[in-house]
Amino acid sequence: MSLTNASNATTAPRPMIQTAVRDASADETLPVADLKPKLRVSKLNFYYGGFHALKNVTLDIAERKVTAFIGPSGCGKSTLLRTFNRMYSLYPEQRAEGEILMDGENLITTKQDVSLIRARIGMVFQKPTPFPMSIYDNIAFGVRLFERLSRREMDERVESALGRAALWNEVKDKLSQSGQSLSGGQQQRLCIARGIAIKPEVLLLDEPCSALDPISTAKVEELIHELKSDYTVVIVTHNMQQAARVSDYTAYMYLGELIEYDITDTIFITPKKSQTEDYITGRFG
Amino acid sequence: MGVTEHISKQFEADLDTTRTRVLQMGGLVEAQILAAIQAFATGDAALVAQVIENDARVNGYEVAIDGACNHIVVKRQPAASDLRLIMAISKIVTDLERIGDEAEKIARMSKRIHEQGAHHAQRFPAIRHAAQIAVKNLRQALDAFARLDAASAAEVLKEDSAIDDEFRSVLRQLITYMMEDPRTISASLDTVWVAKAIERIGDHAKNIAEQVIYIVKGTDVRHTSFADIERELSKE
Repeated sequence: MSLTNASNATTAPRPMIQTAVRDASADETLPVADLKPKLRVSKLNFYYGGFHALKNVTLDIAERKVTAFIGPSGCGKSTLLRTFNRMYSLYPEQRAEGEILMDGENLITTKQDVSLIRARIGMVFQKPTPFPMSIYDNIAFGVRLFERLSRREMDERVESALGRAALWNEVKDKLSQSGQSLSGGQQQRLCIARGIAIKPEVLLLDEPCSALDPISTAKVEELIHELKSDYTVVIVTHNMQQAARVSDYTAYMYLGELIEYDITDTIFITPKKSQTEDYITGRFG
Repeated sequence: MGVTEHISKQFEADLDTTRTRVLQMGGLVEAQILAAIQAFATGDAALVAQVIENDARVNGYEVAIDGACNHIVVKRQPAASDLRLIMAISKIVTDLERIGDEAEKIARMSKRIHEQGAHHAQRFPAIRHAAQIAVKNLRQALDAFARLDAASAAEVLKEDSAIDDEFRSVLRQLITYMMEDPRTISASLDTVWVAKAIERIGDHAKNIAEQVIYIVKGTDVRHTSFADIERELSKE
């Protein structure tokens, strides 16, 4: 035990330095036209039955960056987020047309199993949704669907996922307790841990902090900042200050259309479209 | 720029009040310069006293407006043009306060110059001319702020060089004057300070105009050549 601790102590600083080096090069926020895309959305249209919810949306989601979607209720930002991991496939009357390319494959028309897509593109919802099982199994459940791990490997996976989600120290002594016994903020971080345990490439966050108190919100925001060194993060938020704080790129949507998409600082300091200006300055409506 | 109003009427009112206060402060500062220049020409001691006394009001405006800006930032987290407006106002009031200080300096110098012998000041029409341009520029910068008119603000930047020219001309005259009659050196040096104060007022007016361009266009034009600024403004 003491041996492993000692080796941990000596090896621990190394990844931190590597992260710092990688961050320095990845920190540059390129203009939207030059960003390195993880997802390429092109002429995307979406219909809830007869209702045209997304109209010809075209944008690139930058790899290992945080992209925020903002806009008034009903503007299509959650709908857009949900198309990325085919959430709509659950409902026969909903359909998408156009392209969402990930690594050259169109996610809309692919024959790939949706659960495989969702393993690569994880999602966290507005309300924390822990499974009615232990904290440990909340993490392990999804992993077991895709991988066969030994007990030891699974223990490590659970610990690293909870560690990444900044929850490990708070739950390490009660892993067998129900996930639902945790506070709201802890539950949300548990859901994020569950999402990253299966090692997705993209993490979709649909208003992840709207049900949380300010301290939990700050912890989740800090976590989002940490996560982008490994994941492409897309977040939908009603809280514009949150979008300004956590994201590198921001897309403003209105009535199913993408109005403006730019580097977050540009959107919040010098937006180009008057519609964006009106919304973010609270002149809307 | 925001043609439509904020959903929050209170936010709208807070911004309006702050904007109005900046213009009131600007009006006071303008009056201070005019009074100081009048004191320079006439040596009117009552006027000098009045300028010195009124500077406290200018300072009071600066503190109050900065406080209002803090209040808006903490309550509203302004973004886009609102953010630029608040940031710019906070800088503009600093420039206005400094102009107030320059006016006070002119008033104090005028008193000393006239104590050393009247009529000295009247020999320098270039000083009054420079002062007129400085006041005109300040007025135009404040007008541009009130109407959010970037083109008008840009003219102020262009005009500033005229004040600098006048300043150099005053210096040349004073040097000649001092060489002709060394007994005037003391009063002449005080006159140099007056000219310098006017030149500084012009610089502050220019700073204000630059902030107006930032509010309207979102482009920071400080330390930028006039040609580059014109190119930036012609973009739409």
